Amino acid sequence: MLESDEEQNELIQEFLVECYEGLDKLDQDLLTLEEDPGNVEILSGIFRTFHTIKGTAGFLAYHKLESVAHAAENLLSKLRDGELSMNTGRADALLKTVDTLRAILGSIESHRLEGDEDCTELLDNLKRLQQADQDGFLSSGTTAAPTAEARPIAPAGQAPEAAMVDGSVEAVETAGGFGPIGDEPVAIGPLDAPAPCPADAPLADSAEAEAAPTLAQAPEAIAAAAAARRSSLPPSVAAARAQTAAVPPPDATPAAQTAPPTQTAPAPIPAASAAEATGGANAATPAAARANKPNAVDTSIRVDVHLLDSIMNLVGELVLTRNQIMQHTASDPTSALSTTSQRLNLITSDLQEGVMKTRMQPIRNVWNKFPRVVRDLTASCGKRATLVMEGEDTELDRTILEAIKDPLTHMVRNSVDHGLESVEDRVAAGKPAEGTLKLRAYHEGGQVNLELTDDGRGIDIDRVKEKAIERGLLTREKAARLGEREALQLIFLPGFSTAEKVTNVSGRGVGMDVVRTNIEKIGGQVDIQSVRGAGTTLRIKIPLTLAIIPALLVSVDGCRFAIPQVNLIELVRIEGSRAADAIEDVHGAPVYRLRGNLLPLVDLRSELELPQRLDAEGVEERSINIVVLQAEDRQYGLVVDAVNDTEEIVVKPLSQQIRDIPVYAGATILGDGRVALILDAIGIAKRGRVLGEHAATRAVAESESTVARRSDVETLLLLDLDDKRAAIPLSSVSRLEEIRVDRIEASGDFLVTQYRDRIMPLIWLDATRGHPRLDEDDPEARLQVVVHVAGEQCVGLVVDRIHDIVDAQVLVERQTKRRDTLGSAVVQGRVTDLLDVSGIVGRALPGLAEIPRRGTEVHAS
Amino acid sequence: MKHTTQICTFGVCGHLFGLEVEHVQEVIRFHEMARVPLACDQIEGLINLRGQIVTAIDLRRRFGLPPRDPGDLPMNVVLTPHHGSVSLLVDDIGDVLELDAQQLERPPATLDPAFQDLIRGVYKLDGRLLLVLDSMRTIDLSLSDAA
Repeated sequence: MLESDEEQNELIQEFLVECYEGLDKLDQDLLTLEEDPGNVEILSGIFRTFHTIKGTAGFLAYHKLESVAHAAENLLSKLRDGELSMNTGRADALLKTVDTLRAILGSIESHRLEGDEDCTELLDNLKRLQQADQDGFLSSGTTAAPTAEARPIAPAGQAPEAAMVDGSVEAVETAGGFGPIGDEPVAIGPLDAPAPCPADAPLADSAEAEAAPTLAQAPEAIAAAAAARRSSLPPSVAAARAQTAAVPPPDATPAAQTAPPTQTAPAPIPAASAAEATGGANAATPAAARANKPNAVDTSIRVDVHLLDSIMNLVGELVLTRNQIMQHTASDPTSALSTTSQRLNLITSDLQEGVMKTRMQPIRNVWNKFPRVVRDLTASCGKRATLVMEGEDTELDRTILEAIKDPLTHMVRNSVDHGLESVEDRVAAGKPAEGTLKLRAYHEGGQVNLELTDDGRGIDIDRVKEKAIERGLLTREKAARLGEREALQLIFLPGFSTAEKVTNVSGRGVGMDVVRTNIEKIGGQVDIQSVRGAGTTLRIKIPLTLAIIPALLVSVDGCRFAIPQVNLIELVRIEGSRAADAIEDVHGAPVYRLRGNLLPLVDLRSELELPQRLDAEGVEERSINIVVLQAEDRQYGLVVDAVNDTEEIVVKPLSQQIRDIPVYAGATILGDGRVALILDAIGIAKRGRVLGEHAATRAVAESESTVARRSDVETLLLLDLDDKRAAIPLSSVSRLEEIRVDRIEASGDFLVTQYRDRIMPLIWLDATRGHPRLDEDDPEARLQVVVHVAGEQCVGLVVDRIHDIVDAQVLVERQTKRRDTLGSAVVQGRVTDLLDVSGIVGRALPGLAEIPRRGTEVHAS
Repeated sequence: MKHTTQICTFGVCGHLFGLEVEHVQEVIRFHEMARVPLACDQIEGLINLRGQIVTAIDLRRRFGLPPRDPGDLPMNVVLTPHHGSVSLLVDDIGDVLELDAQQLERPPATLDPAFQDLIRGVYKLDGRLLLVLDSMRTIDLSLSDAA
C-alpha cells in the first residue's frame, strides 16, 4: 500500500499548494471587498475559493476544514445575494476563517492531520454574522475593544511583524484577522512580560505605518514572545531570530521557530487560551515544523500558461537564430566566432529543453483517475479487472496532456466495456477471471507512445465488416477486399459501433472517431491491433510538444516547403532509368507500386499550379522523388523535385490573406533566414483528390448504387487478352505484380515463380494461346500478373496488359454461358467478358493443394 | 486651428500614393521572398522581417497596374501590427509630407474604378495628385478584385 500512500501524499500536497494559493488571494480580496463592498466580481471570486476548498477538503475527508469553509461559504452566499452587506465584523470573521484554514492546513502539511484546535467559536461567530445587520454591528462593536487594548503593546508585539516589512502586505493583512477575536484578558495578560525586544524598536516603528490591522497582531506576537521567554533562549536572541526567520510562512508566526516544536506547543497555552481562539498557536505549531523543510509554496510556483507560451515562442526564435548563426560559422571552424557559436548552440539547446520542461507534466496526472474509472466500470458491468500502469513518469507538454485526457478516458472505458469479457466467459475461455488492462507510456523517436492493452476477447473482424456493411459505411465487395489492418480501421469511422446493446458506458457509435479526430488534431496517430480471443492493443503516437516540430524540407520549382515529420512515412526515390515506367495510370490517376500496394500519387508541382518542369534533361532520365505521407487513414505519395533536409521548425500562423488556402498549415523561418510554407498533408490529399470530399462523394454514390442494384454493379479490373477485352471482379484480385521472365521456373506441369517466400503457379488467362510463350531473348521482359488468392494458395494470372479499374453493370448471360466466363458487361463502350477466376483456377490447377511450398525441393524440368 | 497630418508617400507606376504615418511601421528595402503558390496573384510572397513573417502585397497588382520590370526591385512599406503582418510593395519611396487634413478631398468621380474602392481621398499637390490609401481596405484582398 506504500504506493497508494505516496499517491495520497501527492494529492494532498497538490491540494495544499492550491489552498495556500487561494488563501493568499483571499486575504487580498477580502480587504478589497471591505473597501468596496459592492464589488460583485471579487465577492464571487472569494465565494469560489471557499467553495473549492470545501469541496476538495470534503473529498479528502478533512471534515473540520470542510465545515469551516462551509460556514464561510454560507455567510458569503448571503452577502452575494445581497441579503447582508459587508462590514468590518464580517470581514474580520472571514479573515479569521482564512487564518483558521491556514492553521489547519499547516497541521495537515506537517502531520497529515487537521490538529485539534477548537473552531466552534469561529463557527458560531460565522453563524451569528449571517443574521440581520444589527447583530453584525454588535459583533464588530465587541471586537473593537481588544483592538484598542492591544495598542499599548504594539511595539513589542510587532517584533516579528517588523521583520516582514519587505513588502509582504498580505502577511500583514492576514495577521489583521487575529485581532478582533482575541479576548481581552489574555491579550492584556502578556503585557507585563518584560518587553523582549528592545532591539526591534526602530523596526517596529516603521511597521507601525501598517496601522490598524497590524495592531491587531499583538496577541499573537505576544504569545510568541511568551513562548520565547519560556524557552531556554534569551529573549533578545529569540527576537532576533524571529526577525531573521520571517521569510516564507508569512503568517506572522516566525517567533515560534525559536523553540523546538515540543516546547512551543505547551508554551503559549497558559498565556493564551486566547491564542487558541485566535488561531495563533495553531499557526505556530505547524510553522515550527515547517521550518525544517521547505513549505509547499516554496518549491513550486504557478505560472500563467500564456507567459510560458510567450517564453516558448522567444526560445523558438532563439533556436532559429542559433541555426542561422551556425550556418554562417560552419564555413570557418577555426574562428573565435565559431567557438562562441558552439557555446551558443549548447546553451540554446539546454534552454530550449529547460523551457519545454516547464510545460511538461507527467502523464500520471491524467492516468490518476483511471483506477477509479476501471473500478466503477467493472463493478457496473459485472466484470473484474486490474489496471497496470507503466511509465507514469513519462512527461508531455501540458496542452497535449489536456488534449489526450478525454480520448484516453474514452479508450479505457471502451476497453472495459467492449474489450473484456465477463468473468464466466473468461473462465470458460481458460483465462484468469480477472482481466488485465495495461497502460504503457514511453518515448520513442522524439514522440511519445501510449499503449492501452487488454487481454479481452479481441475484435471480431468479420463482425466489424458486417456492421460496417449494415451501416452502409462500405460495400460488401469492398469489405471482402479489406485486409485485416484496414478492417480494424473501420472502427474509427463515424457512426460505428459493434456493441450489440447500447450501454450507458459506450456503444452509441460516437467515440472512436472522436478519439481519432482529437488525437490527430494534435498531430498524433492512433493505431489498433487485435488478436481474436487474446486481446486488443490501441497505440497512440503523439508529439512531445507542439511548439517546435521536426520537419522535412522539400523543394518544387525552387520553392521550399516544410512537411511535419509526423505525417511522413518514408521517402522513395526512383532512379532515372526506372522512373519512366514506374508510375502507372489507373483510371486517370497516377499510382506507384510500393511493395505490391498501389500508392496514389499527388504531384506537388501541379497541385500548386506551378509551371511544368522545363529542364534540359529528358523526361526519361529524370529520377522521381516520392514523399510517402499519411493523411487520416490513407497513405499517398507526394511527388517533389527534391528532398532537402530535416530541420526543427517553429510553426507560425499565416496572415489573413492566405490563411484560407487549405494546403498550407503555416509558415516558418528556416535556418538560412528564408521563409518556407508548411504543407498540410491532409489539405494536399484533399486537393489531390486522394482523400476527402471528392472521395467521400464517390463513396456515397457507390453505396447508393450498391443499395439500388447490389447484385449487378461490380468493380472490375479491365485486362487486355490478346485483342480482346476481359475483366476480373476486383474482389478476386489480391495484388497486381510484374514478374520478370527469368524468374519463372518450371515445377511439374506448371510454370511457377517465387512470390513472397512461396511458390506461386502461373496461369495464362488467354486460353486461345494454348501454351505460354516466353520470350527467351529478353530475360528482362516482365509479365503482368494478377495475384489471386485461393484459400492459402496464391495463383498468378498472367495477362497481356492491365488496363483500368472501373465500376460497371454486369449483364449475366445465363443461356449462353460459356466456360471460364461469368457473364459480360459493357465497359467503356466495349463488350467485355467477365472471367470466372475460381473456375479457371480450379480447372487449371486441380491439385492445388499438392503444389509444394518453399522448403520442399523443386526440380526444374 | 490648422490640423496637419503626416503622410508617407510612395510611387507606384507613376502614381503618387500616400498613407498616414500612423499606419506605417517601417520602410525597408527589397527583401527576398518566398512565393506562395495558389495564393491570389496580388500576394507576392512572404518576407522574414526579423523573425516575423510578413505577407507582401504588390500594389501594382492590387491596382491592376502593369507589372514592374523584372530588374526593378520593389520597396516594402510595412504596415503597423494591427493590419496583421503585411507589407505593401511599391516602386519607390517619397518624402513624408505634412499636409492640412482639411485639404483632403473626396476622390474624383473620374478616377479609375479600380482605385475608387481603395482610396480614402486625394490631396492636390503642386502639379500632381496624392492618392491616400485606405489601409484596411487595401489589405483586404477579398474586396474588389482589381487585377
